[in-house]
Amino acid sequence: MAKLKIALYWAASCGGCEIAQLQIGDKLLKLAEAADIVFWPVAIDVKYKDVEAMPDKSIDVCLFNGAIRNSEQEHMAKMLREKSKVMIAYGSCAYEGCIPGLANLFNRELIFERAYVETPSTDNKERVFPQTKFKVPEGELTIPEFYDTVKTLRQTVDVDYIVPGCPPEEKTTWLALEALITGKLPPKGTVISHSVKAVCDDCPRKKDVKKVKKFYRTFEIIPAPEVCLLEQGLLCAGVATRGGCGAPCPQANMPCTGCYGPVEGVIDQGAHFLSAVASVIDSNDPEEIQRIIDDIRDPVGTFYRYSLPDSLLRRARIR
Amino acid sequence: MSFEPKIVGFCCNWCSYRGADLAGTARMKCSPNVRIIRVMCSGRVEPTFILKAFELGADGVLVLGCHPGDCHYVEGNYKAARRMPLLKKMLAQMGIEEDRVRLDWVSASEGDRFVAIVDEMTEKVRALGPFKNNFKEAKYG
Ligand code: SF4
Ligand code: SF4
Ligand code: FES
Repeated sequence: MAKLKIALYWAASCGGCEIAQLQIGDKLLKLAEAADIVFWPVAIDVKYKDVEAMPDKSIDVCLFNGAIRNSEQEHMAKMLREKSKVMIAYGSCAYEGCIPGLANLFNRELIFERAYVETPSTDNKERVFPQTKFKVPEGELTIPEFYDTVKTLRQTVDVDYIVPGCPPEEKTTWLALEALITGKLPPKGTVISHSVKAVCDDCPRKKDVKKVKKFYRTFEIIPAPEVCLLEQGLLCAGVATRGGCGAPCPQANMPCTGCYGPVEGVIDQGAHFLSAVASVIDSNDPEEIQRIIDDIRDPVGTFYRYSLPDSLLRRARIR
Repeated sequence: MSFEPKIVGFCCNWCSYRGADLAGTARMKCSPNVRIIRVMCSGRVEPTFILKAFELGADGVLVLGCHPGDCHYVEGNYKAARRMPLLKKMLAQMGIEEDRVRLDWVSASEGDRFVAIVDEMTEKVRALGPFKNNFKEAKYG
């Protein structure tokens, strides 16, 4: 059998997805037997122009991580889509925007203002901001255009499969790679994970009636080791998050933050999580309800930590 | 032309929808801006419904249920009362004005109250102007 040609690319991401890909450990050898890597900026020296020269659909699979927040990333997503038979959104940033997607609470102007003027370590009285074009004696320099809004890969190009996670767990990565190597691919659009149910399903903590009078942030309490974290007032996203990761976070005394995205069939993970949290509030008195809610300092950052660009509202309105 | 707000109104089957019905049969005068969707209970109105309404172009969303203690399903309107303030706090971060969303109670005999709430909400949303989805408006990319 001819070897698969694989491309890996990163856009607006942290580099964690590359680490996750390497984490498959000795299975990398199996991958190397079955596939040649034709493009991987983090590890091999293949230039953009080399990719451009490849015929359309000559790459079998592209594992694309990172969200789309500037013109270079958009260009590469479109080019790699042309060149690849199968396009995979790998990791939460490509899938739903993830942490870079929280920039959708702001816009370019506000982000530039913060980054190039307001930050305490910045001295920029002349208010110099990055320009996409700049003339120097040697010629014209260009940099990509920074967008107002972070988009997901699916909002940019046609995507065949999704591998969830921030970053994806080793077993999730391998589930996808194995399917590719053996040619046993699920239906288009599948989110490849070991579970379609919620993280709670994999979580060994004892679940009982959820009634909460006070919410805590993780540093405020040391939770009891065996009881559901949400029952203890920690904002655990396990109820609104696709399983398959094996629930490592609640097992390490940390609430799930939601990185595997929504459970099957849910269109807006944040609204689902918000609804679950509101329903455990143990009060019928409007004032008390308000007091309990006051403890949730950052609803968007909590409920949409990974999914703001992929949510129904996609971004904040800036007035 | 003056702006006519489009408001989606979720009314529970057992009280508020009947309240709206009463306003109609009694021929009370009422702003025509609320498009009513009948739901079994105000507790059925998931936050997703409200966000979806905005995504599809609503300028405001009104949720009406039975008065506290009167819900046909005992607890449903309390559930709504817990979700709404949390949703509003989230919407404020997203730049959506507080007056675009309202939860209130209307019983089957309160046709006049239904009219008062609808009229008041319509005027508040009218004053705010159309809800524009910022995503479609973004200047750069
Ligand atoms: S809410 Fe969190 S701690 Fe509770 S069962 Fe679900 S995953 Fe486990
Ligand atoms: S428990 Fe939650 S945050 Fe942790 S890996 Fe699983 S989905 Fe991600
Ligand atoms: S049935 Fe009216 S609010 Fe529940």
